[in-house]
Amino acid sequence: MKKTNTKLIRPEIERRAFLKNCSKTFPSLLFLVASFDVQNILANENGSYDPTQHNYAMGVNIKKCIGCARCADACKSENKVPREPHFFRTWIERYVIPEDGEPIVDSPNGGIDGFPEISEKLHIERTFFVPKLCNHCVNAPCVQVCPVGATFATKDGVVLVDPKWCVGCRYCIQACPYGARYLHPETEVADKCTFCYHRITDGKLPACVEVCPTQTRIFGERGKKSSPLRRFFKFNEIHTLKPGLNTKPKVYYAGLDGEVI
Amino acid sequence: MSKIPQQVIPIIIILMVVVGAFIAARNIFVPESFGEQGHFRTEAIQENMDLEQVYAGADACYDCHDDIVETKSGSYHKGVACEVCHGPALQHIDAPDEFTPRAPRERGYCPLCHGYNPSRPSGFPQIIAERHNPGKACMSCHNPHNPLLPHAPEECAACHRDIASVKILSHHATLPCTQCHTIEKGHKSSPKFTKAHKPTDNSTCEYCHNKGSNGNKLAPKINAEEHSDRYLCWDCHYPHYPEAY
Amino acid sequence: MFYSIISPLLNSMPGLSGYVFPNEYELHWSILIVIYPYLTGLVAGAFILASLERVFKVSALKPIYRLSLLTALAFMIIAPLPLLAHLGHPERSFEMFLTPHTASAMAMFGFVYAWYLMVVLLLEIWFDYRKDIVIWSNEKKGVVKYFYKLLTLGATDISDKAVAFDHKIGRVITIIGIPSAFLLHGYVGFIFGSIKANPWWSSVLIPIVFLFSAIVSGIALMLIVYMITSMVRWTKMSMKCLNKLAEFLLYAMLIDFSLETLDFIHRLYESEESISILSEMISSRLFISLIITQIIIGSLIPMLGLVFGRFGKLPDELRRMIYFISAILVQVGIFSTRWNVVIGGQLFSKSLRGLTTYKLDIFGIEGLFVAIALLVAPIGILWVLTKILPPWNEMGAVQKDIEKMSSSESA
Repeated sequence: MKKTNTKLIRPEIERRAFLKNCSKTFPSLLFLVASFDVQNILANENGSYDPTQHNYAMGVNIKKCIGCARCADACKSENKVPREPHFFRTWIERYVIPEDGEPIVDSPNGGIDGFPEISEKLHIERTFFVPKLCNHCVNAPCVQVCPVGATFATKDGVVLVDPKWCVGCRYCIQACPYGARYLHPETEVADKCTFCYHRITDGKLPACVEVCPTQTRIFGERGKKSSPLRRFFKFNEIHTLKPGLNTKPKVYYAGLDGEVI
Repeated sequence: MSKIPQQVIPIIIILMVVVGAFIAARNIFVPESFGEQGHFRTEAIQENMDLEQVYAGADACYDCHDDIVETKSGSYHKGVACEVCHGPALQHIDAPDEFTPRAPRERGYCPLCHGYNPSRPSGFPQIIAERHNPGKACMSCHNPHNPLLPHAPEECAACHRDIASVKILSHHATLPCTQCHTIEKGHKSSPKFTKAHKPTDNSTCEYCHNKGSNGNKLAPKINAEEHSDRYLCWDCHYPHYPEAY
Repeated sequence: MFYSIISPLLNSMPGLSGYVFPNEYELHWSILIVIYPYLTGLVAGAFILASLERVFKVSALKPIYRLSLLTALAFMIIAPLPLLAHLGHPERSFEMFLTPHTASAMAMFGFVYAWYLMVVLLLEIWFDYRKDIVIWSNEKKGVVKYFYKLLTLGATDISDKAVAFDHKIGRVITIIGIPSAFLLHGYVGFIFGSIKANPWWSSVLIPIVFLFSAIVSGIALMLIVYMITSMVRWTKMSMKCLNKLAEFLLYAMLIDFSLETLDFIHRLYESEESISILSEMISSRLFISLIITQIIIGSLIPMLGLVFGRFGKLPDELRRMIYFISAILVQVGIFSTRWNVVIGGQLFSKSLRGLTTYKLDIFGIEGLFVAIALLVAPIGILWVLTKILPPWNEMGAVQKDIEKMSSSESA
């Protein structure tokens, strides 16, 4: 099996691998019976998605991020986020910490068009990229303040927006400590990262994770032994953003610098 | 006091009408599923699930392009999904002939990841695009599905990949390993018993870098006597990537 | 108004500085959200002033009792409009009533508003005017007669017993109304004060500061409205009433200003991680609207003016002049307080590393003209209300009462 590390619920792949093994080891009759069985099981699995069986989360390994912002680009394609500069479901920040003076942070167009060169006069102490997105907080302030119940947390741990119920009051945007929300200029409702809910419930990965070339972003589930997040938690020091606000984010950072807010 | 004052009656009627209208409006306008799973419209979950997908996912390409996927899965780009460069391609899966994914061949594309940027993690292969064979398409030297470095000293790199991948970025890229290391005959078959020799004194470096030396006329020169006689060159300069130290 | 002076100054400020989260480049809450707490503050302030007369029997304020109620009503009718105009989907605003999220401060707005408007303001005004309405419905002619008949809601009993009951229930409503008015504006403060993500807003003092600034603005407004209506009607102003208003205004301002100073010193002394960006904001983006307009022009100068005007040995003419100018300055000050809270809270990024600017549109739904229209509209409504329910009828009698009282006092 290829790419087991990014595997979530991948019926096709399992089936293919299974069939391959079957064709090698079993007689053809057995193989036929087996394939029918597998298909039946899969049909059930696909037919009824059970949110209580999942608890999604994301890991971000700062040390691996090369700042290519393919994630931000892919997110805009997948989720039809306006291409204009000031609407982002996910974006890349660059931190440049000089030997003396205050850290310099920028994110021109979310990093999608690259980052300008750093002045050569600046003596850099350390520098790195930080991908940002909605943290899908357990104690989400946006859910708390929404006056009409147009944003909510699902049983599988994702914070979603109901664009048909949102009144566009922007209170959630004010309440989000991470700047992860914006008002969609066409629909006039609040919008933000959904962990690509339409993809993950279909057994696929979020678009940003899909295209991350360095596996900076790890998508998986808490409390599942088969989840790639398990290893991420085991071998990294884990931090979350603004822990003092008690939002309990579900986007976990490895190698997060203290300067990152 | 048993009689209700006259003026209270219309107020009570109005209040009842307002409260009644409010209860009626709630019954009519609030969607039935509201509040089933929490304070929201339950259909909103399904509506979010039903949104259109654009990216097909890494494994979707295998069914038709298994040869390229196999090549790529053994290369440095094994972790780079097809759709990173070729763009969202679910449309292509649905209608392969009508929609062809993009194939970025211009020089500006590869530097999105491989252009030099000090904020990138050290060790990640980077070039300064303006100085790296200007005008030449990346693909003329590098196969994006198996991006090996051109002219890599293949023999030694088979085992010493980490050294080779650093050295290839450095000014020493074109030097063969044997320039500095002497390799006994049996090293390849039993490396533990027959070690390759490392330089033991500064003369190896001075062969090219000492003032007046003839090893390589273009190499930067130092005056070996004045530079430092108390240290070995590699105490300060990493020979496989000398400009970094 | 003064913000037309401020906004070009704000616009001429450098655009962005430092790092602002990409989604925060544009401010999400505009001038309309500045107007909303300003208007509700006036409502709460005017009502609290009215209830001083009713509950605490401050007889000097009798001439403005009814006027205050009508003013509160006029401003209350307009107060939700800026909110409505600002929504991305105003047609869905009724959802605030249908599916209010109990955890959300904003969701309670609909109920607090409805309670205050219907149960407190309208009821109190109705019971207070009922006798007059019944009399008018008998005296007037034509369509007007039937209009007043409609207003009586069929309750035409004006026997002494019934009127006594009106007074009694009016008093009860006022007693309920005082905490309601506190609730109305304290709650508006809570909408901002409860946002932990925003260090400029997140403070327990914000609701209290909002409340006292509301009282300040309401008293100042009534001072202005009383003086202007008296001038327009060529009637003599009760100097006693004006002095009392000025006194209350001064006391309320002292409390308000001390609270705000306490908040300021507390922030400065604790100097949490946000302090550097907040001080940068105050010294650059908010310098004019906070230091100059709010503190100097809007608080210190009128306070000094009121001290001199009230306690100095001055002729009544000059006194009135000082009161009037002070009250106008207080309005400017309170408006900039609202501006500094709402706009100021969005000028710095939650990255705590950068500042952005607010560009006030001239046209458009969130523009200057709409803002001015929303501020002027209550005055128009008040004019109409005084035509329907003239608050002065009783005033002549009251004035006589007061004169009688003062003469008996002196005797």
